[in-house]
Amino acid sequence: MTETELARVALGRPDFNVIAGWVQPGERVLDLGCGDGSLLRGLIETRGVLGWGVELDDVKVLAAIRNGVNVIQGDLEGGLRDFEDGAFHHVILSLTLQAMRHTEGIINEMLRVGREAVVSFPNFGYWRHRQAILNGHMPVSESLPHQWYNTPNVRFFTIADFDDFCAARGILVRERKVFDNGREITEEHNFLGSIGVYRLGRAR
Amino acid sequence: MATDKGIGVVEAQRARFDAPFALASGGSLPGFELVYETYGKLNAAKDNAILVCHALSGHHHVAGYYADKPNNVGWWDNMIGPGRPIDTNQFFVVGVNNLGGCHGSTGPASINPATGKAWGADFPVVTVTDWVNAQALLADRLDIAQWAATVGGSLGGMQAMQWTMQYPERVRHALVIAAAPNLTAENIAFNEVARQAILTDPEYKAGRRPVTGLRLARMLGHITYLSDDQMAEKFGRKRRPGSGSYGFGVEFEIESYLNYQGDKFAEWFDADTYLRMTKALDYFDPAAETGGNLQKALARAQAKFLVVSFSTDWRFSPERSREIVDALVHNGQDVAYAEIKSVHGHDSFLMQDAHYHAIMRAYLDGVRK
Repeated sequence: MTETELARVALGRPDFNVIAGWVQPGERVLDLGCGDGSLLRGLIETRGVLGWGVELDDVKVLAAIRNGVNVIQGDLEGGLRDFEDGAFHHVILSLTLQAMRHTEGIINEMLRVGREAVVSFPNFGYWRHRQAILNGHMPVSESLPHQWYNTPNVRFFTIADFDDFCAARGILVRERKVFDNGREITEEHNFLGSIGVYRLGRAR
Repeated sequence: MATDKGIGVVEAQRARFDAPFALASGGSLPGFELVYETYGKLNAAKDNAILVCHALSGHHHVAGYYADKPNNVGWWDNMIGPGRPIDTNQFFVVGVNNLGGCHGSTGPASINPATGKAWGADFPVVTVTDWVNAQALLADRLDIAQWAATVGGSLGGMQAMQWTMQYPERVRHALVIAAAPNLTAENIAFNEVARQAILTDPEYKAGRRPVTGLRLARMLGHITYLSDDQMAEKFGRKRRPGSGSYGFGVEFEIESYLNYQGDKFAEWFDADTYLRMTKALDYFDPAAETGGNLQKALARAQAKFLVVSFSTDWRFSPERSREIVDALVHNGQDVAYAEIKSVHGHDSFLMQDAHYHAIMRAYLDGVRK
């Protein structure tokens, strides 16, 4: 199981419930790095959205086809150039941003092809992660399940960092939900939260 | 991969259609025959039928072999059979030789009832839409109101896709493999060189079999079906043992291979069929009816799609498949797309590849449900 899948399991229902609450029946949804398509399939079955996913990995594309999901094999690092402006109501990037190099590019692309972007990521500022660093080790946790030498993650950032990133680029944070071990965190997000889920838009 | 024995012995069948058949060219045929094969059983609900459409040089003999010719194995036998991706334990599979073909369906070698002689060069030009209309008549004859799926690679993929636009209510799924929404100028150019090889062959002009022209046409075509990498790996600059040098004999292995392919093809393929098959490819352009807008053309489709391309296919590149996918997504239609890593160029769609076959199997499992 990859980091994304492990983290999705760790995330459990809250991630899904949050995203499910943000989409409306009949909406067009694009899930980037959709893996085996289980998130999309859940949104289709419980929320009645029209869904498509993008996935690069052969094994996951096969799994998504087995799941009966509209998966399109492609590389997110090249952007979303094959998709038209405003083609989707929501574009989802679930626990994948930290493993991508073109951070700014993909967020811009999500907000180009989607009216709203939904982004979730592991919070490197989570207190257990800070504790690990203070103890002299790179953090390993439910939301960061890999070791430093085999992690697919290439960007290491916190909830506070992502807030700054959005503010500096005129990206509106319409909603933010933070979780620790499946439980919603209501205060001290950057310290107590292991995963952040954002609903982003552009100022019109 | 497949350790099973496949579908085994099969037999070709014929269907005769006596009504005049109007063609896209404006002409018509005074009735025609199609030769076809079926594998598996049509279920009681008649909802498990799959149509396999063939490419340029293909035909109705898609899987299995003939009792009297055990070496004559169908061209997609690795894909179709009991337990294979197109599983004949589940599906009723129909393969048909297209109109204008040279494997038994009415074509240039058939007798023109108006003259009592073979049609030859007078056989009308047929298009993908004509083929689909003819296939629809066969479907009626077989009591198939709706295909569970239409499937094909290359020119066959174009037919599988055309079905969804021409008879939207008659197709539940389309598996469009190594295809394109139309041919590029470069692609038409290759076809034109192949046609000129035949048309300018003095034998063809004299009404005889243009062996030289057919050889050249096939050699050129064959180059475009392979990939540079694959040719480098398979042949490189290797020379034939004992071959001469500083002359024009067959010296490099790739020359030998191409000559062999050309000779083999020229022995059995009909030149007038070849001309028509390449023209059908060139003319295929469903978006032409909607002002060049593929999205609009595909919007009438009710089918769900699986689109498959191959990384080293430069004749029908992955980008061309993506055009189909993007148009479907734009329309809000169901589509899955896989780009298979393969070294075999355009011919990849015929090859046995574990991942490719797994994708086909996974999608078809969903078709069955």
